[in-house]
Amino acid sequence: MAEQQTLLAAHEVAKHFGGVKALHDVSLTIHRGEIYGLIGPNGAGKTTFFNCLTGLYRNEGGHFVFDGVKLEADAPHKAAEVGIARTFQNIRLFGNMTAIENVMVGRHLRTRAGVFGAISRNSATRAEEAAIARRADELLHYVGIQERSHDYARYLSYGDQRRLEIARALATEPKLLALDEPAAGMNGTETEALRVLVEGIRRDGVTVLLIEHDVKLVMGLCDRVAVLDYGEKICEDVPAIVQKDARVIEAYLGG
Amino acid sequence: MDTLLQQLINGLTLGAVYALVALGYTMVYGIIGLINFAHGEVVMIGTMVAFTIIVSLAGSGMPPLLILSVGLLIAVVACMVLGWGLERVAYRPLRHAPRLTPLITAIGMSIVLQNVAMIIWGRNYITFPPMIEKQIYEVAGASFTNVQVAIVVLAALVMIGLTYLVQRTRMGMAMRATAQNQHVAQLMGVDIDRVIAMAFIIGSALGALAGCMVGSYYEIAHYQMGFMLGLKAFTAAVLGGIGNMAGAMAGGLLLGIIEALGAGYIGDLTGNFLGSHYQDIFAFMVLIVVLMFRPSGLFGERTGDRA
Amino acid sequence: MSGRFGRSPRGMQHWLGFLLLLAVLLAIPFVAALGGQAWVRIANFAILYVFLALGLNIVVGYAGLLDLGYVAFYAVGAYCYALLASPHFGIHLPFWVILPFGAAVACLFGVLLGAPTLKLRGDYLAIVTLGFGEIIRIFMNNLNAPINVTNGAQGITLIDPIRIGDFSFAKTSTIFGVTLSGPQKYYFLLVALAALVIVVNIRLQNSRIGRAWQAIREDEVAAKACGINTRNIKLLAFAMGASFGGIAGGVFAAMQGFVSPESFSLMESITILAMVVLGGMGHIPGVILGAILLTGLPEALRYGIEPLQKAVFGRMIIDPESLRMLVFGLALVLVMRFRPAGLWPSSLRRRELSEATD
Repeated sequence: MAEQQTLLAAHEVAKHFGGVKALHDVSLTIHRGEIYGLIGPNGAGKTTFFNCLTGLYRNEGGHFVFDGVKLEADAPHKAAEVGIARTFQNIRLFGNMTAIENVMVGRHLRTRAGVFGAISRNSATRAEEAAIARRADELLHYVGIQERSHDYARYLSYGDQRRLEIARALATEPKLLALDEPAAGMNGTETEALRVLVEGIRRDGVTVLLIEHDVKLVMGLCDRVAVLDYGEKICEDVPAIVQKDARVIEAYLGG
Repeated sequence: MDTLLQQLINGLTLGAVYALVALGYTMVYGIIGLINFAHGEVVMIGTMVAFTIIVSLAGSGMPPLLILSVGLLIAVVACMVLGWGLERVAYRPLRHAPRLTPLITAIGMSIVLQNVAMIIWGRNYITFPPMIEKQIYEVAGASFTNVQVAIVVLAALVMIGLTYLVQRTRMGMAMRATAQNQHVAQLMGVDIDRVIAMAFIIGSALGALAGCMVGSYYEIAHYQMGFMLGLKAFTAAVLGGIGNMAGAMAGGLLLGIIEALGAGYIGDLTGNFLGSHYQDIFAFMVLIVVLMFRPSGLFGERTGDRA
Repeated sequence: MSGRFGRSPRGMQHWLGFLLLLAVLLAIPFVAALGGQAWVRIANFAILYVFLALGLNIVVGYAGLLDLGYVAFYAVGAYCYALLASPHFGIHLPFWVILPFGAAVACLFGVLLGAPTLKLRGDYLAIVTLGFGEIIRIFMNNLNAPINVTNGAQGITLIDPIRIGDFSFAKTSTIFGVTLSGPQKYYFLLVALAALVIVVNIRLQNSRIGRAWQAIREDEVAAKACGINTRNIKLLAFAMGASFGGIAGGVFAAMQGFVSPESFSLMESITILAMVVLGGMGHIPGVILGAILLTGLPEALRYGIEPLQKAVFGRMIIDPESLRMLVFGLALVLVMRFRPAGLWPSSLRRRELSEATD
């Protein structure tokens, strides 16, 4: 299929901490427009993979090719620039900024105003500033927390903080949205709302990479799934097949 | 040329002192991640206390070596108390504050200590009374004194002792564990407060010793002496990899030698454009170069990444 | 724009407050002159420090970087001015050339220093700036031989005042029937500069760059993940602070007519830092308050504590200079302990510091 081109290819990515191998030559490919799940038991290396992909860690071996371009290691802002946005497992918002300000920070990358613009407040800067606020407002609507717009991020409820983080990530206009356990700590209703949101994001043209513990959510939502165990990819396929894979079952039950 | 050997000897002496002071920075940094700006002032106070004791005992007819030892001992104890007090009063309440807060407090304490010292000991240079009859030895055209020998030997002994303490004793293990991961160490039953206090106390004791060495070597002391000494020792700690104790020792020696060689040869290197009063810039040059090219120091940083 | 100064009662209040402030600012040099020109000079220094402190506020308050060598940039600006407008080299360039030049040189030093260190953990910057301040001072003190560049510890004298055509800031002259002394003219110049830096501070705060600084202060990792090039954005703050330091140095040199290394000690850096920190990091009125308080402090000590000590003890126990430093040191420690957001903090900073996280 012509449409199904590769968006992200990881080639034998390896990372270790001291003597511990956190990632052992992990290779995988994510297609444009799909929701791709990355699952595995605790400590399997999922978040480490995320951190390598988004440039927070420097991987010792292998590399990533994103949208046809090799990613520079160790440069988080460049990862964001080429179109990879992420959320964090343990939510990292700017707590003392309002919800809308958080999203406005996300617009930093796609806007230009510098010091002279800020000081002179010329018409171009004012127009850009208005556009930033408008877009941030749209995104808050999009994730459904517009009524919390002027509340400080730290006072938002847990579920709203997760949504705000997604809005902030979307503000960077990503091609790939990487979500690190977005459903962690959510109740059934919230998880269901999240599922709808993620599907909507995909429908609007953003590819999604999802790390998740909630196997039910992953199996119901993802087009394809990869399973990591002890830093190795043991399986990669559509959910129906992954669920029946002997090694996967062993990894989840044997651990 | 014999200058080379001479500068190496001088550098070694200075380096031994830097190493002792650098240990104080590195231990505290390794455990709580704070640059204790006031450490240089602790060293200065140690020198001043030793000076006061020695001067007041000088006429007592006690043997000079004993006077020196008593002066040193009291200085060490005084600084241990000071270091403990600093941690307890100034830093401990700020342990969970944002990073900038304890750093500014440390600068504040440094200013306070400096000015208190100025009020007590005055603005002028103080002549440190030479208690040991100075003897000069000559080897291959270079000369050195018994004071220099004493400094290097004593520093070496103390560093060996410290290495033993950290590697072999329970306290040392608790310190290493805390440096690795404070939270886990606490879960394992390590008394974090005690470990942190110990780091300050030991560091201050080493600082007092170093202060007495500087005093005996240059035979002068001044209430501002701690500033430059502290800055250089910190550079030594960074050079060796801050948080890394063996690194601090090596970094201190290396910095002393770099500085001595630099001061000895800067005139030749720059066609006499710059003279030896530029000695003090070497430490900073080293600091900036290390931070540019090898920020984790020559021997690697021991503090885990806090990302 | 019209919303802020509109005809609503609130807008009227704004206008009234603004006019009152303007009247007070206009009156100060004339009221101070009643006690002698020395008082006008003190007022001038207070405003110069407001300028410096607000420049440093961009670095410390907005970007959260601890700069302990701020005075080095001030010194660079001052010596640029001194060397290019004095008989020392026989060069007499006009101020509107040298002030921007001094700012540019200071900025360049800032970038050279900041670029390698700003990607590291924050505390390294503190030490490197501290070291840089000392290096600059060592060079100022010793660069008088073999080629006499800085004239060493004696410093450089007979520096040209700021002059626009025939209008010199050093002489008394009458404009529109009002007689202005040299210090009074500098007063108005300094007020204009301070107003400029206040506008810069305010406008930066609510801008794309200002938000990026705040984001970095809050969570650097998340800021990076949002695509902010944290190193460059920090460098921007650092270089801006350095430039303002450079401008202040130039004005200082012109106003004093004399510069020497003594004016640029580490304690000067600490003093400016203390103004920012004690007043209220990141909060413009707080920083202004801090600058005025700490400029006034030595005078208060001189006129208050000195006679008091003599009256009580019959002699001077502690000289005012070390007492001043002692008060600074203690104030830094106590404020960090009990009011970490400063004496007059912004509501934002109070929030930031009220939560005790890692």
